[in-house]
Amino acid sequence: MPQVTYIEHSGTEHRIELEAGKSVMQGAIDNGIPGIDADCGGECACATCHVYVDEAWLAKCGTAGEQEASMLSFAATAEPNSRLSCQITMSPELDGLVVRMPEAQH
Amino acid sequence: MNAPVDLDHARIAATTPLDRLDPSNPAIFRDDAWQPYFARLRREAPVHYTAESMFGPFWSVSTYKEIMQCELAHKVLSSDSLHGGITIRDRDKSLRLPMFIAMDPPQHDEQRKVVQPIVAPANLAKLEHMIRERAISILEGLPRNETFNWVDRVSIELTVSMLATLFDFPQEERRKLSHWSDCATALPMPGGLIENEEQREAVFAEMLGAFMKLWNERVNAEPRPDLISMLAHGEATRNMTPREFMGNLILLIVGGNDTTRNSISGGVLFLNENPAEYDKLRANPALIETMVPEIIRYQTPLAHMRRTATADFEIGGKTIRAGDKVIMWYISGNRDEAAIDQPDRFIIDRPRPRGHLSFGFGIHRCVGNRLAELQLKILWEEILKRFPKIEVVGPAERTYSAFVHGITNLPVRIPG
Ligand code: HEM
Ligand code: FES
Repeated sequence: MPQVTYIEHSGTEHRIELEAGKSVMQGAIDNGIPGIDADCGGECACATCHVYVDEAWLAKCGTAGEQEASMLSFAATAEPNSRLSCQITMSPELDGLVVRMPEAQH
Repeated sequence: MNAPVDLDHARIAATTPLDRLDPSNPAIFRDDAWQPYFARLRREAPVHYTAESMFGPFWSVSTYKEIMQCELAHKVLSSDSLHGGITIRDRDKSLRLPMFIAMDPPQHDEQRKVVQPIVAPANLAKLEHMIRERAISILEGLPRNETFNWVDRVSIELTVSMLATLFDFPQEERRKLSHWSDCATALPMPGGLIENEEQREAVFAEMLGAFMKLWNERVNAEPRPDLISMLAHGEATRNMTPREFMGNLILLIVGGNDTTRNSISGGVLFLNENPAEYDKLRANPALIETMVPEIIRYQTPLAHMRRTATADFEIGGKTIRAGDKVIMWYISGNRDEAAIDQPDRFIIDRPRPRGHLSFGFGIHRCVGNRLAELQLKILWEEILKRFPKIEVVGPAERTYSAFVHGITNLPVRIPG
């Protein structure tokens, strides 16, 4: 199964296996990884599943859609490599993906 | 009209023909009798049309899934004040205030970005100490073995002094802020807080005067981390007209006032109604973390938000026509068992407690949501350090409104 590494703001790393087809947000929630809140449960409606995608993976993750870009534009901690993890769907090509968490999810 | 008349809500909710059911009657909320109306709507007509009400015709969306669908449909469901804005009640067109909660993109997005930094993590951390100091001094001043109104002594006091700090508004005059907020949302009626729209305008003019003074001081000074300075210096806001400035002020005052106040009151009430939960909390104060969002869900301080369709829109098997008024009843979606486990129970240790609708979702999701939570968290930490029990000793009185879901009087007693 493809693997994802989540790095908390504190630096703590969590590596998990994530079935293709599931979102990167779901992986964090199912494995109790702190730092992703996901208040809306993956509807692209809360921006509390914000992550920074490691540069090496940015292109493979695709670009944010219109709704995602609007939600992200309000996040105080947004950077050019920000994505909402509920909008990144796991696939074999993303095996080894690394994402970092912001200081806080709001 | 405001004097309680005995309405048999259970019967009205059960026997009124569906097409005549009107969940917007403010008496339903004042009497704390909204549950059976919305339970019926969720069951029989999740998207429902009321042809006649004191607010005119409107659609009700009452289930969680359909509300979320509306939240994401901002392209066809407008918040713009030109179409009537965000509450069920239309205001006289000339009196409508421009504020970003009642704007659509792109203007909404530009103005929201200016205000957002006030609640950035670093700023919240700065506010924490100050909120705690205020909470402690308010709690230390409370009487023992004596009945008092929790709403007035704690809920209003704390939120208002918080707001004064956010605006760097003179603390001695902080009660003006709650007065202005109350006037902004009050239903005009004889003997009410405001009797007509002219009175409301007069209050707004007074408020604008006070804030213009602060604006003028700050626009020529170095930028500082208070909301007025941020508005005065922000690229998207510094050229606002006085009316726009006023609109945004009212937004921040109402947004950060009524809602937090009613959550503070609701918490005390719910713990008294659910003694087993109160016991759990006393045994493990760490549960404050999950209790706070649960309080906000259970109270749902804003019962609804309104949108206006700008094009035909299909939802829940119904067709909403361009121009129609759409009410997203958060208070109902928060009790939807399809989305929330045992929704009618107040449970302080739910596994994922932030999935509620009280802050809205989508591009208008509450700017202040984590700030509101922070205030409640600190308050409860300090309460538990001091008082093993706050006893509710009489019936709660509630706001006559279909929008602000509030508690106006909560008699309590602190034994000790
Ligand atoms: C428990 C407390 C609170 C509740 C329940 C609440 C509820 C809401 C809701 C439902 C909305 C969405 C409006 C819509 O979709 O049309 C909203 C927006 C907003 N809230 Fe809050 N709020 C609370 C506290 C605060 C605080 C403390 C502030 C002040 C910083 C605040 C400022 C705002 C602002 C500025 C908006 C407009 C956002 C936009 O349109 O983009 N709120 N709030
Ligand atoms: S979980 Fe809400 S936007 Fe991703």
